[in-house]
Amino acid sequence: MVTLNDYLIASGLLFGIGLAGVVLRRNIIVIFMCLEMMLSAANLSLVAFSRFRPTGGLPDYDGQMLVFFIITVAAAEVAVGLAIIVALFRTKRTVHVEDITSLSG
Amino acid sequence: MPQPLFYLFVAVMLGFGAAVVLLRNPVSSALSLVVSFAGLAALYVSLNAYFAGVLQVLVYAGAVMVLFLFIIMLMDIREEQRRRINKVAVVGGAALVVGFVVQLGGVLSGYEAGRKPLDRVPLQLSEAAAERRAAGNVSPGITADLERGTLPDTKLVGEALFTRYHLQLQMVGVLLLVATVGVIVISRREDRVVSGRGE
Repeated sequence: MVTLNDYLIASGLLFGIGLAGVVLRRNIIVIFMCLEMMLSAANLSLVAFSRFRPTGGLPDYDGQMLVFFIITVAAAEVAVGLAIIVALFRTKRTVHVEDITSLSG
Repeated sequence: MPQPLFYLFVAVMLGFGAAVVLLRNPVSSALSLVVSFAGLAALYVSLNAYFAGVLQVLVYAGAVMVLFLFIIMLMDIREEQRRRINKVAVVGGAALVVGFVVQLGGVLSGYEAGRKPLDRVPLQLSEAAAERRAAGNVSPGITADLERGTLPDTKLVGEALFTRYHLQLQMVGVLLLVATVGVIVISRREDRVVSGRGE
């Protein structure tokens, strides 16, 4: 049978893939997508903990509330982040992070 | 959920997740992420979190990823031309990820409570229904569903949101409003000429 550790390992691997994408990729949109993947990996472990620790015979809904709020905040974050990327693209004509060096000394 | 299905959905999630990082075309990355999120939603459903699964498909795989694709097409980004790969970043990033996964394996190998299989922690719907009746039967619809032997996941999420978490729900509403206003302010063009002056 599937255990809690199986879900946590799957979640950790997804987080690792997202982390690798953020560190390795140079396209700012792909970096942003990998950030979303890391948030979702955290959500998977929250849902797994919620199901494996029943309170009063039902899943622990406090964990799923956190998932709900993370998804909401992530949606807002995507909207603002993509607006910033569009504004950046309008002035610099690039989405390559190595071309955006105005803050490096 | 039977074990083969679990491994199938984990493979879909991780395989297409890896494709997001490895494919060079941003459109393929975005479409792979949609499939990866669909696999993740299936895992939510396997954990009896039906509402979270539907939310994952509707909000992430639907709205957010369509927004990403829209922006990618709007900017007309072509496939990345092969640049000189920064070796330090690749080695450092790979070492960081490997270190994280090894650390995770070390922590989980010593985590006794995580060895419980899913059928050892069954949901006790009739006990939960009896508890609700004893506590005054505040929402009879949920109690009736529980007595019928189904888990009314969405109703329970709604109950928790509008009783214990109503303040946080309103804060998130304000946050979404602020984000909407912020997006309008950021994406407004700066170079607009002020009209109705002079001339």
